[in-house]
Amino acid sequence: MDFMNAAQLLDLCGQQDISLAEAMRRREVELTGVLRARNDERMRRTWQVMQDAIHTPLENPARSMGGLIGGEAAKLDQRTKIQAPVCGAVVANAITYAIGVLEVNASMGLIVAAPTAGSSGVIPGAFAAVQAHLGHSEDDIVDALWCAAAVGYLITLNGTVSGAQGGCQAEVGSASAMAAAGVVQLMGGTPKTSLDAAGIAITNLLGLVCDPIAGLVESPCQTRNALGAAGALVAAELALAGVALPVPFDEVVDAMSRVGASLPYELRETALGGVAATATACRLAAGGCGDCAK
Amino acid sequence: MDIISAFDVIGPIMIGPSSSHTAGALRIALLARGMVRDTIVGARFTLYGSFAETYRGHGTDRALVAGILGFGTEDRKIKDSFTYAQQAGLVYSFVCDTTRRDLHPNTVEIELTDAHGHATMVQGVSLGGGRAEIRAINGIEVRLTGEYSTVLIHQTDAPGVLAYITRVLSEQNINIAFLKLYREKRGETAYTIVEADQEIPQAVVHEMEQHPSIHSAVLVA
Repeated sequence: MDFMNAAQLLDLCGQQDISLAEAMRRREVELTGVLRARNDERMRRTWQVMQDAIHTPLENPARSMGGLIGGEAAKLDQRTKIQAPVCGAVVANAITYAIGVLEVNASMGLIVAAPTAGSSGVIPGAFAAVQAHLGHSEDDIVDALWCAAAVGYLITLNGTVSGAQGGCQAEVGSASAMAAAGVVQLMGGTPKTSLDAAGIAITNLLGLVCDPIAGLVESPCQTRNALGAAGALVAAELALAGVALPVPFDEVVDAMSRVGASLPYELRETALGGVAATATACRLAAGGCGDCAK
Repeated sequence: MDIISAFDVIGPIMIGPSSSHTAGALRIALLARGMVRDTIVGARFTLYGSFAETYRGHGTDRALVAGILGFGTEDRKIKDSFTYAQQAGLVYSFVCDTTRRDLHPNTVEIELTDAHGHATMVQGVSLGGGRAEIRAINGIEVRLTGEYSTVLIHQTDAPGVLAYITRVLSEQNINIAFLKLYREKRGETAYTIVEADQEIPQAVVHEMEQHPSIHSAVLVA
């Protein structure tokens, strides 16, 4: 059992009356030969690492290796405990968790690349926030991770999740799509609704450039992870209400790849364009980034 | 990457901040460590391209030292690898070279010295997503990823060596996935790299060393 695009995946789910998560699980067993129970155990461990990465920066904030970030999750947590969050409790939690994971990543802590280290905050942020407010079980979350993996697999196969190839839209955009699909599944949505949400999430971030200050996975990566997590919740909400793009997911992935290929070299992880090329960013990068100093 | 697994997409679980600059760098050093049988007392790293420009902020230096110490990509001790190196008596140094434009942007050259003063030079590249590839050993161009059970054989280029290696493996019912012989000049030093589908047992590696033209065989991965 394998599927090469979203259309095939949807057909398969329809014929066998299974979820996206279940299709991905069965594919994994068939293609790798690893037992289903072991794969689920591995996914549970994945979720455990994600949760640790969410909680660590709230209790023990750490400065990043490059010194550009550190302590932001605790700041957000403090503020929303005292004052009503502008964007509501669920979104506030999602962005707090997402930026926290990026702090852990940037301070050489343990994270799950999902799909990349630079976008590692999006899925844990969105899932943990929904779980905290709606009381999903660990099994539900593991299921949602399998669903997210199905979407991530399709983007990896037919597009790209690499910032150097496709810009930030390929990293945070893909993570946001994966998270959106998982959240829809957590809310009881159908496979089609999950893919609708994934399509909206990517399209909303289409064209997003990768311009890391000093070439580091710190800023603006961290705040973009917040946007990716919030965007996943927005896309899920829209799709669950029956709002969908007129363009199917496969074509959205194709569009994302084309936009990525047409992004100039300076805006694909090279730290030569965008906010990375501003005067202040170049000063921050002093001593490290040779080309930037020109 | 032939089959994309769910854990390639939601994974790897790794110490940050970068799969290419941290996890991939560590994997190169770990493979290099596997090529030296005696205790490693010295490591000199020459960093090129993007590695040279951003290594501190990505913890590439700490990851490389961690790899030489044998830490895995999930090990929380990576951040403090300099302290562990000191405790282990490993002397390390870093050199940056931003002038070479012909190399892959994430390239490192590692010169390892063992307790007997014997040196090994390994050049590796980080390919993204935490994957790594060794491109040269002691100046001889090779390709080695460590994604399979891998034996590195150092030999004199002579007839019958390869036949002996394959016989030893087939007697143990080990299926060879890839086998490549690299040499500089006829009759001189050569390397054979065997990558197998099954785990290659240490006993098989020892048996390979019984051949008079084989100087050493080490299980790298």
